[in-house]
Amino acid sequence: MNLMEYQGKELFRRAGIPVPRSRHALAPEDVAGFIEASPGEWVVKAQVLMGGRGKAGKIQMASDPESGRTKAREIMATAMPPNRQNPNGEDIKSLLVEERLDIAKEAYCAITIDRAARKPVFIVSRYGGMEIEEVSSEHPESIARFHVDTAMGYSPFIGRELAFAAELDPGYRKQFAAIAGALYDLFFTYGAKLVEINPLALTADGRVIASDAKVELDDDALFHNPEFAQWHAVLPLDEDETLAARAGVGIRNFRRFPGDVGTMANGAGLAMATMDAVSNAGGQIANFLDVGGGANAQRVRNCYELVVNNTGATVFFINIFGGITRGDEVARGVVEAMRETTSRKIPLVIRLTGTNEEEGRRILSQAGMTPVETMDEGAREAVRLAAKAKA
Amino acid sequence: MSIFLDKNSRVIVQGITGAEGSYHTERMVKYGTNLVGGVTPGKGGQETPQGLPVFDTVKAAVAATGATHTCIFVPPPFAADALYEAYDAGITLAVCITEGVPVHDMLKVVSTTDGLRIIGPNCPGLVSPGKALVGIMPGHVFKEGNIGVMSRSGTLTYEVVDLLTRNGLGQSTCVGVGGDPIIGTTFVECLREFKNDPQTEAIVLCGEIGGSDEEDAAAFIAQHMPEMPVVAFIGGRNAPPGKSLGHAGAIISGNFGTPQSKIAAFQAVGVPVAERPSEIPDLLKERMAKEPTFS
Repeated sequence: MNLMEYQGKELFRRAGIPVPRSRHALAPEDVAGFIEASPGEWVVKAQVLMGGRGKAGKIQMASDPESGRTKAREIMATAMPPNRQNPNGEDIKSLLVEERLDIAKEAYCAITIDRAARKPVFIVSRYGGMEIEEVSSEHPESIARFHVDTAMGYSPFIGRELAFAAELDPGYRKQFAAIAGALYDLFFTYGAKLVEINPLALTADGRVIASDAKVELDDDALFHNPEFAQWHAVLPLDEDETLAARAGVGIRNFRRFPGDVGTMANGAGLAMATMDAVSNAGGQIANFLDVGGGANAQRVRNCYELVVNNTGATVFFINIFGGITRGDEVARGVVEAMRETTSRKIPLVIRLTGTNEEEGRRILSQAGMTPVETMDEGAREAVRLAAKAKA
Repeated sequence: MSIFLDKNSRVIVQGITGAEGSYHTERMVKYGTNLVGGVTPGKGGQETPQGLPVFDTVKAAVAATGATHTCIFVPPPFAADALYEAYDAGITLAVCITEGVPVHDMLKVVSTTDGLRIIGPNCPGLVSPGKALVGIMPGHVFKEGNIGVMSRSGTLTYEVVDLLTRNGLGQSTCVGVGGDPIIGTTFVECLREFKNDPQTEAIVLCGEIGGSDEEDAAAFIAQHMPEMPVVAFIGGRNAPPGKSLGHAGAIISGNFGTPQSKIAAFQAVGVPVAERPSEIPDLLKERMAKEPTFS
């Protein structure tokens, strides 16, 4: 679960990391009201999960209630434009009004999990305000890393070592080290997968302040922190996740793509391989879908309808390897689902192998469906049917 | 031989009276695994339908049965505790089936349980065909032989193993390492074991997008076992960046974890990467037929 900036800063505040004075606002009127009550120089920032707000004009300055209202309206008038990672863009539902800082320099501080080392790792640079990938190609020497031994945990020398290694100006070092410690505390306490301060503002008057906040919490750890269940309700799942939840499959188990060959398999690895098989056969995939274990009639029907009603699929390729899942059960599920569904009918290509495959194939044949023998054959047949539907 | 698991491994199940635990206990016993008992706190003294003793604690189970291996079927909030209990009782290998274990729990577990070999979490387990099965894999697709198999997924492993078996290529040990970002045993650690296993003459590695386990494996092969025939497969070539596909660990973030990087890493060290699982048996036979080059 990714948090919005205002939520991340709420956690920062609790952890004792300095953040600018700010107010979360749901409408332009709130922005104007807040600036009226607290005169000064303010920044109005769109609250979205996507990056690239500045370039999209979604961060604006305001110095009086009227300009606050106008800027807020401007920002909220259009959604965030799409990019490669977010082909649908993102609606702007709220704003953060924040004290404008007199920033002398922008630095970077983050903690994430190094999978290969199986340890949390600090990544710090005296350059910030741009993507860390950019920093790493332009100023590789400025990046300092520290792998934390989780059995030891954080100790203040880590912050000091990082401050020296990143060659922060002496006046900022102590504050930076304190922030590093607080950030680790937050990372650990809330079971985060990523905490990132970018930019970490080094102000002209010598302060170090978190100017932005990016926090990704571990969905699997939410039971440790029940209050975040509420945040989950505030934070919209993306469309695919919402659809998956509604169909009763895991939120990671469904993704849409622009193509016309619908796919479903049992198990994430097999589902990925199924997509790849369709693509190898020259087809365009409409979705990724892992039906999970125990593909009974209700589950199969939900998945069929999930794909037919929400993607551009003109054919549906079901690829089941019966390990624990029994082939006859899946076959009955498919037959029942197709009989009961009220959604539009598209041709099915079914590959069913493993436990009880003979019985499964017999059930499918009786219902007038022809199962294919292999994953490759199924992919080719699905691609052929999709081409036929187009013609 | 085989790796991690053989006929002499004495196995217990933590969570043996739960729905999953009891179902798979039956299957493991049927496969011929030397299952010696199980643990469910509060149900000590009972017996399972297979006549296996149930204990309140892992320590009691180890004392009474001499268990060396455990298979963990407990809900995610209790998985780390189950691993610690196994570690404390002197178990040497734990297979953790549980999906959804918090990443921070695993970070702590892997840094504090030296001497306990953990497979998973979020994995289908371990099979040394003809000897023993620990986990939830379907026993009937495996056949004893000399191919070592390691994989990050479940059903894709069955698919690949089924293809191997149908093509007369039996397996020494198949390891499902798990689909999570932090796992107890990586590909490199499996390779190290396979390298020293006299039964294993070739290896199939089923990777997927996310992380750098595959790249690390490629480097290890080049450095430590260049003569071993290895064939790789990478799932998820069509994945979009920034979104997990099913497995929490199957995610491309920034430039990390892309299929291109993994495929290039294998090709650079002479490990062929199958475009589709069905190509694996032939690629393997081709590699095994070649005389070792020792370059």
